[in-house]
Amino acid sequence: MNKLRRNVYMTGGYNTVSMGTGRKEFHPKQSRPGLEDYICEAGRGVLQQVGGAGNIDEGVIGNFMAARFNSQGNLAALIPAIDAGLQWKPCSRVEGACCSGALALSAGIKSVLAETADMVLAVGVEVQNTVKAIYGADILAAAGWSRERKAGHAYFFPGKFSDRAGAYYEKYGRDRTRKAMARWYRNAIENARLCPTAQEYHNTSADLDAVALAEPNPRSFVDHLNVFDCSKVSDGASAIAIASADGLKRAGIPTSAAVEIVGIGQVEADLTRPPSDPTRLETTRRAVQCALESAGITVDRLATVETHDCFTIAGILAVEAIGLADPGKGPDFVLDGQTARGGHVPFNTTGGLIGWGHPTGATGVHQAVTIWEQLTGRAHRNQIEIPTDRPYALSVNMGGDDKTLVALVYRRG
Amino acid sequence: MDYAERLENVAVIGAAGKMGSGIVLLLAMEMADVGLKAGNGSRHRVLHAVDVSHQALGGLVKYLREQVQKAAEKRIVALRTVYADRADLVDNGDIVRQYVNDVLDVVRPTTTLEVAAEANIIFEAAPEDLSLKLKLFARTATDNPARPWVFTNTSSIPIQEIDEKARLGGRVMGFHFYNPPAVQKLVELIRSRTTTDEVGAFAEALCKNLRKIVVPSADRAGFIGNGHFMRDLLHAVEEAGRLRAGMPFVEAVYCVNRVSQDFLVRPMGIFQLVDYVGLDVCQCILAVMNPRIPGENLHSPLIDRLLEQGVRGGQNHDGSQKDGFLQYQQGKPSGVYDPDAKRYLAFTEFQAACDARLGPLPEPGLPWKVAVRDPARETLLAQFFGALRSMDTAGAELARRYGARSRDIGLKLVSDEVAHNAHDVNQVLLTGFFHAYGPINEFFA
Ligand SMILES: NC(=O)c1ccc[n+]([C@@H]2O[C@H](COP(=O)([O-])OP(=O)(O)OC[C@H]3O[C@@H](n4cnc5c(N)ncnc54)[C@H](O)[C@@H]3O)[C@@H](O)[C@H]2O)c1
Repeated sequence: MNKLRRNVYMTGGYNTVSMGTGRKEFHPKQSRPGLEDYICEAGRGVLQQVGGAGNIDEGVIGNFMAARFNSQGNLAALIPAIDAGLQWKPCSRVEGACCSGALALSAGIKSVLAETADMVLAVGVEVQNTVKAIYGADILAAAGWSRERKAGHAYFFPGKFSDRAGAYYEKYGRDRTRKAMARWYRNAIENARLCPTAQEYHNTSADLDAVALAEPNPRSFVDHLNVFDCSKVSDGASAIAIASADGLKRAGIPTSAAVEIVGIGQVEADLTRPPSDPTRLETTRRAVQCALESAGITVDRLATVETHDCFTIAGILAVEAIGLADPGKGPDFVLDGQTARGGHVPFNTTGGLIGWGHPTGATGVHQAVTIWEQLTGRAHRNQIEIPTDRPYALSVNMGGDDKTLVALVYRRG
Repeated sequence: MDYAERLENVAVIGAAGKMGSGIVLLLAMEMADVGLKAGNGSRHRVLHAVDVSHQALGGLVKYLREQVQKAAEKRIVALRTVYADRADLVDNGDIVRQYVNDVLDVVRPTTTLEVAAEANIIFEAAPEDLSLKLKLFARTATDNPARPWVFTNTSSIPIQEIDEKARLGGRVMGFHFYNPPAVQKLVELIRSRTTTDEVGAFAEALCKNLRKIVVPSADRAGFIGNGHFMRDLLHAVEEAGRLRAGMPFVEAVYCVNRVSQDFLVRPMGIFQLVDYVGLDVCQCILAVMNPRIPGENLHSPLIDRLLEQGVRGGQNHDGSQKDGFLQYQQGKPSGVYDPDAKRYLAFTEFQAACDARLGPLPEPGLPWKVAVRDPARETLLAQFFGALRSMDTAGAELARRYGARSRDIGLKLVSDEVAHNAHDVNQVLLTGFFHAYGPINEFFA
């Protein structure tokens, strides 16, 4: 992938709360905000920061499965519901399972690159608490190949990553890997406790490592993971503006209040083929490599990473796929504290999917918002230090079992 | 006839009742599970759910549908394997729906008692009234050439007596579920002198498949569970009577109720438990036990008097608690009934004075909820009761007498050979009554 031919920026990010079990205000039996409420809250949150809908040329919305969770299709037409000023503007909806959010970013970036828009409103949304987790598992299973569903686990995706974890334990040792997964969990919750919109913001468990080390129970769940190894069921939306230099100028936003997208890697793998090596995230590896190459940097220039830890094991496999640790060494990297908020490359600084939450279609956008906050000094209690010699950040959003991938490299504008 | 064949045709009498509906739920799932196992699939399985009104049976079906769905959701991992060769069932939703249908397909709600005569096994959960039960057996099991086996859920009536009076020739056994049967792990199994080994072996196999904790009880009126509970409640009534010398009735009831909960680390006070079970049910069990256990006077004029005034306890249809000895607000005790004034007096009028009279709880405190969840509960309990032993307060004194009496009741159940041993007595109180410790213990020795 070549260097991007035009400067592309992101600014004005906004996250709703990631709602679900763990939040004090969540009651499974009470009525809650719907899809359109989340879309409107996040969209308006951005419009307020970019001078209103008049500055927006196009809208893109990423969502995975509103058709089944909410009996709602045609989501592009919910973008004008955000603000009357968006009526009659071009809008589209993109879908790539849990990567839908970053696909929305990618689509917006391409519009800016194509000079068909100077500012795009990108929204990601998912509202999943409409069904019980066991039926949600059916819906989410569609991120895999439908012909594999019948033979798959009741909890289809936890089953897939449990298999990966099992293979990894066998190849590299179970104890250390489980310990690293528990540490991953602890890091995620500790970051989330600092972020008021995070689903685990109210988490008060005293001994997080001990909680996370509970033995997996194959009778009620999967063989190699417990529930703390999994991201939760979430409702939420995130949104951000993607702009050209002209777009920022028109809105009166200085580039210093934006991040610049300096690299993009978008990679697709065949849904009908199982991974050749379950202990590796090959598609992730390729996407990150593309993104770094197009940014013209190496991995050691990264200050922080937002990665797709739908499961703790996915976090550890991503550390290796990104190239920060050799195969089999991801657990050591995590246990050494390198990914913790005070570590060498803090990962998922607002909690990631495990801690902040995983409203599937919103996640890719939430990652971009977190990075924008970090690189422009807006991360409040979550703020980490960005070293001047390593000014870059990376986001990795994954759809399905390492199938649809978007990796982006950012730098302060 | 093996286990699976036996479970081809079953009847539950009193199927829409508190106990009957839970028993139908458990049996229907077990029958469907047996049918779904390889090799048993093609056989027809029928569970006749017999009760007196169509209205109540309608409620039963609704209850079953909800409960089977919940159970299927919980067991989804295993159920996907059970239906592995059904290519048409792909999603968890498909499988749950199919299982609910497979279980409900087994159940035939009916008001015609006679269909129960076709069954290989009859579970009886009709009201605790011997003459009614005998009448039901006469029309279904007595002189039935198919010689069905009878499992009665009676809480108190000796099985031997049922066998003789219904002329069942050893085909009957006590299968005493606790309420609610689908949730409570404990089952007391009661063989009479004549119960055949085959019947006993089947009951044990069934309990095992239902994942129940079995405690065998000797065939003595009240068995172990009510053997303890009824004497415990009579002690409470007696203590309240004793306290009345120095305080009004409502205060005495309040004090004994509070001591039996907070000072004894039990899930609820004794009078709240009586209300939960129902004063009428307690009266009825006492009426069975008293003539059959001479010399103990197992009878409470106070309960008779309250019932005469229409004070009954028990639950409303929605499961909420009815007023009894105590009055309830949002499920919590809030007043005590005064049979002289024929009205409830709110706790607020006397609670503070009574609590002051009882004195403080031992330090550090130990609420029942904490005790049952803590893995180190033995140590906590020893500490708590250790402190209680040396306290010189009215509350501690009452608690010591209460704990000691409960212990004596337990020991007597063993020496009278109702229970095989102390462990069985303790097991019944721990699992059937959710106590944090067994009555036979060192704390009140
Ligand atoms: N409730 C408890 O806590 C509990 C616990 C253990 C055992 N038991 C015992 O279980 C039995 C049932 O108790 P319950 O609490 O479920 O009572 P219940 O009153 O809730 O249920 C009894 C059911 O039997 C039905 N019935 C009455 N006459 C009938 C007839 N002629 N033919 C068919 N059905 C008839 C009633 O309509 C009712 O649905 C009793 O022997 C009781 O001692 C009760």
